[in-house]
Amino acid sequence: MGGSALPLEITDLRTTLFTRRGEMKAVDGLSLTVGAGETVALVGESGCGKSLSALSIMRLLPDPPARIVGGQVKLNGRDIVPLPEETMLGIRGKEIGMIFQDPLSSLNPVATVEKQIVEVLMTHTELGRGQARVRAHELLELVGMPDAARRLDAYPHQLSGGMCQRVIIAMAIACSPSVLIADEPTTALDVTVQAQVLALLKKLQADAGMAMIFITHDLGVVAETADRVVVMYAGRKVEEASVDELFESPLHPYTVGLIGATPTPGAARAERLADIPGMVPPLNALPQGCAFAPRCKRVMDRCLTEKPNLTVPGAGRLVACFAAEGG
Amino acid sequence: MSLLSLRDVRVQFNTAGGVVRAVNGVSLDLAVGETLGLVGESGCGKSTLGKAIMKLVPVAGGEIVVEGVDIAPLNREQLTEMRRKVQMIFQDPYGSLNPRSTVGRSVAQPLVLAGWKADATAERVETLLRWVGLPSDAKQRYPHEFSGGQRQRIGIARALALSPKLIICDEPVSALDVSVRAQVINLLEDLKSQFGVSYLFISHDLSVVEHIADRVAVMYLGMLFEIGGRDQIWKSPQHPYTKALLAAAPIANPKLARARQRTVLQGELPSPLNPPPGCPFNSRCPMAQDRCRVEKPVLRPVSNGAQAACHFV
Repeated sequence: MGGSALPLEITDLRTTLFTRRGEMKAVDGLSLTVGAGETVALVGESGCGKSLSALSIMRLLPDPPARIVGGQVKLNGRDIVPLPEETMLGIRGKEIGMIFQDPLSSLNPVATVEKQIVEVLMTHTELGRGQARVRAHELLELVGMPDAARRLDAYPHQLSGGMCQRVIIAMAIACSPSVLIADEPTTALDVTVQAQVLALLKKLQADAGMAMIFITHDLGVVAETADRVVVMYAGRKVEEASVDELFESPLHPYTVGLIGATPTPGAARAERLADIPGMVPPLNALPQGCAFAPRCKRVMDRCLTEKPNLTVPGAGRLVACFAAEGG
Repeated sequence: MSLLSLRDVRVQFNTAGGVVRAVNGVSLDLAVGETLGLVGESGCGKSTLGKAIMKLVPVAGGEIVVEGVDIAPLNREQLTEMRRKVQMIFQDPYGSLNPRSTVGRSVAQPLVLAGWKADATAERVETLLRWVGLPSDAKQRYPHEFSGGQRQRIGIARALALSPKLIICDEPVSALDVSVRAQVINLLEDLKSQFGVSYLFISHDLSVVEHIADRVAVMYLGMLFEIGGRDQIWKSPQHPYTKALLAAAPIANPKLARARQRTVLQGELPSPLNPPPGCPFNSRCPMAQDRCRVEKPVLRPVSNGAQAACHFV
């Protein structure tokens, strides 16, 4: 791919919620790149803006109240933010695939599995119905659907959560997209099924060289899947690092807090979890300075009045924190 | 004497599709001051077992003994007495609080039902709110004014009101964000060391259970598959299902995650309406043999000092 564009390049993305209670900056200047075959995890607690970032990238924001108010989302070199919805219809599912948390509600309850996959294929490819049906069967085999031939005629309610998620994955990769966005894809699944789905996603990604954004609140899942991690807090990126560096030497006090609050296997018993006091502030009541300042153990005067910008503490790393800069 | 002793407990539901044996002959003991983690995937019967102990679901058979007293034949009054000793907190604290009742009234309710006088009740509510880390003015406010973590604290305050010996915690932190989850786990541990309360901690989250439990019980399709000390289970799991479950749990450490040998368990949980004959795990078990398809294994001591229900360990 020498010289050609990255699959996904996001620059200064801003998404605002326009509500009766005022404007809220749900995504506040997010920049992010994902290379071919790379998995970037977007991590944070509820309300940090990770899912709205994903919806912004796919141009699936509920409008009103949410609207992209600035920035670029370049998909294979083309900025898709200004594109009309008709053009987006041709892009979603073809160049960019999506997997959501709740597989059952992402499927059409009154259409068979085969019909739903065939529809995707016939919308985005030149395949005729007969060919599309053959391909649908192949895709179900590819995603490891047990008893695939028989499941083609099944309706979503006849399938387990894990099987529904496999159908969603089959639809998402049906047209070999260059970018796959997975928003908490395994959160609703049992742990043994989660392991199956994570292994499947990894394999499909490696085989096809997809760029993947993996949104999750679960640091265990991050450690298992990501190459690089972006930590978000209150709509902003507060830290970015390779997965190893992030877990070995987290820089932002929020990242340190998240890792400390997650029980580590094999850790000595009797150790208290390092909790973060307080909770994520609502977007309409963000503090003036750093949004994390009221909960931060390393807070300084400056943090209360001034928002820290991202700085480069080392190769491939970014952090937005005055304390981390200084020490 | 065990605080809680279950012998061959059975719970079944009659559904349109047939009989579901949600809890199918579970026996276990919980000692005073102990935290017993109860783990398993959805549909394994762990929550139903918790509810059975509270008599919130009809028990089809077996004995549930609390401090030496079998709760099955108890009348209403005696049951009220028993429920002072055993309390429960739930996954969704919002769903378990009356939205039209102030927090003070919700927390006071068990005290009022137990016949406490108004002064003593008010004082106790203050104390309870302080113990769980809520501001004193919380008592005049309504549940919707609180965050998920704070609501769980309200639920804990109410559960603590009558100084129970045992609290059944049904996925108490599953709906909470990571940082808040740690706060609630720390609170539960503080209360345990302060008051010597025991927990039956039901959770699908293995990392949380490893952190909080002294002993662990693993359930699958209504059966207890393995029970033993936390380290016995984590360091040398014996039952093939326990092994698979632990291998599937994500590890929040990228180097450990990459280093470990991972055998991903194939297949999914069979329908509880139609479980496989013999050992219910035989349809997914890598070690399954003919015997497993006809004969149901029973719990017996195994090499790690724990007990497991498998013919081949």
